[in-house]
This record gives sequence, structure tokens and C-alpha cells, in this order.
Amino acid sequence: MSEQVPEYLQYTRTHEWVRDLADGQVEIGITDHAQQALGDLVFVEMPQVGRELKAGEACAVVESVKAASDIYSPVAGRVAARNDELAKTPELINSDPYGAGWLMRVDRGSAPADGPLLTAAEYAQYVKEAG
Amino acid sequence: MPFVPHTPADVSDMLSAIGAGSIDELFDEIPEALKAGTLHGLPAALREMEVGRLLTERAAADGRLLNFIGAGAYEHHIPAPVWAIATRGEFYSAYTPYQAEASQGTLQLIYEYQSMICALTGMEAANASLYDGASALAEACLMAIRAKPESRRILIPRTVNPVYAKVAQTIARHQNVEFESTAIDRRTGRTDPDALKSSIRGNEAAALVIQQPNFFGNLEEIDELTDWAHANRLLVIAVVNPTSLAIFKPPGEWGSEESGNRGADIVCGEGQPLGVPLASGGPYFGFMATRLAHIRQMPGRIVGRTVDTEGRPGFTLTLQAREQHIRRSKATSNICTNQGLLVTAATIYLSLLGPEGLERVAASCAERTESLVQALTRIPGVAAAFETPRFHEAVLLLDRPASPVLAALAERGIAGGFDLGASHPELGHAMLVCATETKLDQDIDAYARAMRDAMQLPRGERGRPRRHHE
Repeated sequence: MSEQVPEYLQYTRTHEWVRDLADGQVEIGITDHAQQALGDLVFVEMPQVGRELKAGEACAVVESVKAASDIYSPVAGRVAARNDELAKTPELINSDPYGAGWLMRVDRGSAPADGPLLTAAEYAQYVKEAG
Repeated sequence: MPFVPHTPADVSDMLSAIGAGSIDELFDEIPEALKAGTLHGLPAALREMEVGRLLTERAAADGRLLNFIGAGAYEHHIPAPVWAIATRGEFYSAYTPYQAEASQGTLQLIYEYQSMICALTGMEAANASLYDGASALAEACLMAIRAKPESRRILIPRTVNPVYAKVAQTIARHQNVEFESTAIDRRTGRTDPDALKSSIRGNEAAALVIQQPNFFGNLEEIDELTDWAHANRLLVIAVVNPTSLAIFKPPGEWGSEESGNRGADIVCGEGQPLGVPLASGGPYFGFMATRLAHIRQMPGRIVGRTVDTEGRPGFTLTLQAREQHIRRSKATSNICTNQGLLVTAATIYLSLLGPEGLERVAASCAERTESLVQALTRIPGVAAAFETPRFHEAVLLLDRPASPVLAALAERGIAGGFDLGASHPELGHAMLVCATETKLDQDIDAYARAMRDAMQLPRGERGRPRRHHE
């Protein structure tokens, strides 16, 4: 199955995507590649709204029928919202990883800029090389 | 195929493949000074017949005391079929196999066991068992902290079995879990609700441990305690005696209906009363159950019922992603086993007794203990410490320290109770006594006679030795 890597998002080497929202918030999810590698998702453990995250901090867990993986926050900031739909229907991550399957929104506030995230092209290349 | 893992030829092949001359050579890096050549003080080996004779003599020298000690392990009648069935070849394995689904019978038995624990506790999900009641409480405390990570404090009243409290602290303190002990209501022998209320501020604890019946055998005000805990956003960890659940409200229904949040959150306890012999303290098994909302935080194995590709029912290990072979250091617990053989015995015990049989056992225990308390408190110098409703244990207050009295009773063939002097000095000269369905009127009479003798001795004198069954 071909993997989608939308041009308008940024990525991490741990397979999260980041969408810049206009209001200083970013939306975070896992990539199409990640959901295909994990298989059918059955459970998502999310951080509390309000929790302060460091960039690179393990902040959520996605569990599939065969594995459980940590999600690392690509940015520093405060958890502003989480996708509570996933509690009932974690398979949204499989069916729409870049849309209805978003995980959380993080308010970056005045946090300093983090290390560079990957562009779509860089991420696609990284996945291809990691093979 | 012989069931010998390595023949001498296999061993020599493997050694030559890695270039080692002998098995001992593999341990070369251990300095000679650290190796113990012989074990000092070990007597010469005995033949099987000699060992049998020696142990028979030792057992006879111990005598057969009439046992009135409970305090966490209880002498119950175990119907002969329980262990006759549990030790059949089909069941007699202490372990879940590594390729678990190949053993549908084992998995079905564990599934039935889990279902029985759920029925007894009134909870939604149970695991396949843990090591014992004390470590089950430790795991329950860690589970509560995972479910409520904003606090690392557990309230554990002094009405909880002190051994359980100590084991929980030993296991959990290295994970920065703090335990706060709260006082006993000296009048009722229950958890003191005022001490509890002054123990925490706001949202500072993750859970309250409620033992029912408590360590002293007394029945706690479980509805009030549960409501209070939930109103203060604490989880409720119930520690329960499984026999007692046949006649008392299951933890899944603790709390008032008006509270809108009925039921304990985690239930655990010692499974030994369900068909496991006392056996000098083990092996026993711990049980644990919870609400579905917390199931991913529950340690241990869980067997689920499912269907295969052709739609036929079958059993499988489920929710394994929380276990250490998948989650490694982030697993919910390093417990990845269960007490399979003891769970097998318990499942057979419960199947044979059924709900009615277990209810009769529980009712008989409660009645026997009341008879014992009445018989003993007629003796001058012996009084019941509390008038609170109880299950099958009671605290007696003596007019002198309990330890010499218990020693004098032992010399008269009676294991008279558990001395509370060390664990609960605030109660005075107190001891905990227990009578289960195994104690007949004549046994209670024998205890009362021995107690009368012991209490008439000048204090400190132990009297002439005599054993009950001699």
C-alpha cells in the first residue's frame, strides 16, 4: 500500500506529523507509515489537557493488536486539546491519520523554536532509507 | 524422545563449537576466592527412606496443635476432589505455556477462574492471578498511581493487615510511592473516619485502601468510606477475603447509590482460603479485579474469550501490549506470570461448593467465631475488644501480655491466636483469634479449658507441657 506524506505538514524521525495552526497551536498525529506499521489500533492513551511537554518527551501511547508505541511530542508546550473521539474509535488513526485521527493540540506559547522538523520530502526520504 | 535436555554428546558438541574444554571453563571469569568448594555444615546425604523417617519424626515432635490463628491465612476444609482433580496430568502444570493458545484447556480454566472472581467481587475484569495477597496489594497501589498519576500517595489505615502494608511499602517505595498510615477508631476497631479526613488535603492522595473485613475481623463502614474517597477524588482499593464475599456486599457495589460512583476501583486479596492448604505460609495466590476503565493499568495476564477464523469459540491471552514482553521497561508491571496450579485448585473448589456451598462455609465461620468469643470471654481476664459486627476473627483483650498466654496455650495443644503486641501496641494486651468451619464445639471447649488453665497460672509461669493430640 502506498504511504501518504502530505506536503503541507512537518514530520519527525519518530513518525509524528505536525500541523501549524494559526493561533500558536500545533496539531500532532502519527504518520500513515506509522499506522500501517502498527496495524489495527485498539487503544490510545493520552496526556491530560494542561500538561507541560518538553520536545521529545514521551506523552502518549498508541496500542495496536500487535504492539504498543510511545508518541514523542515534536514540540515543547502545553497540551491544549486532545482527540477524545479516539477513546471510542481508535481506528480513526488507521482510516484518516492526517485528519480525524489527530491526537492532540499543543499550545507552544512563547517556547523557543525547536530543532528543525523534517519536510515532507525529507521524511519520505528518511522512511525510504530506513526501509 | 528422552526428556533429557542435553546428552553428554550434545554438551561436548556445543563445547567444541565455542572452543571450551569443559562446562567449568565457562565460569573461569569468577575468581577462585569467590567459589565455595563445599557447603559447610551440610550433613551427609540421606536416602529417600531415611529422609521420610526423619521428617515424620520432626512432624511428630511439633505435635498437631488445634489452630485458632487466622491473621491472613485461614484453615478451611478442602474437599478431597479438589486436589485429586487439580493434580491430574491435564491440569498439573504450574505455568501458562509459552505458546498459550495451544493449551485451550488451561486458558479456559483461567477464563472460568477470572469469571468467578468477577462474580465474587462484583467487578468487570479480573486477571489470571498474582503471587499472593500482600504483593497483590502492592500491585494495586502501583496500579492506582498509574491510573491517577497526579499523586504518588496512598492512604493505608492501620486496620489493614500490617504484613500487607509492609510488603506494599517495600515494593512500591522505590517507585517514589508514599504511604500514609491512618489511625484505628479504638472504640469500634474500624478505620477512624476523622483521622482519615484530617490525613489529606484536597487532591493529594491517589487511593484509599479499605480492607473488609479488616485485619481485626471487624466490618468497616464501606459505603461511607467509599463515598468519602470518591468525593475526594481518591480511588478505592478494596482488600477482601474471598470466602466472606459469599455473604457480604461485593466491592463492586460499595458506596451509596446517591453518590453516582458506586463500587471500588481495584479489588485484591489473598486466594488461599479457596482450596489452598496453609502449608507453612505458601505457595498461595493473589487475586485482582477492576473496572473496565482501568483494565489497561492492571498487571498480570488476562485471558479473553474470542472466536477463531471459522467462528468457533476459543480462548486467548489478551491485552498483552501492556505486558513486559511487548512494552519492555514501560510495561504496567514486571509480573508476567500467574499462580496456575493454585488457581486451578481454587476454580475446582468454587465449582464444587457453588454459591450456596461457599455461603454455608462463610456463615459457619462467622457462627463458630461468635461461639469461640463467647466461650473465651466468660473467662476472667479475657474480654472482647470491640462490639463491632465481624466476620470470622475477633480481637481479645487480656489482663496481661498475650505472648506468655499464647505460649502456655501452645503447651496445651492450642495455637491460640496472633499476638497483636508487636504490630498494634495501641490496642494494649491484644490478640487476634479465628475459628473457621473446621472448629467443632469440642475444639472450642478444649480451647476454653486451656485458656482457663493458662489464665489461672501465676503470670509468667508456663505450666506443665501437654499436647492436645497425645
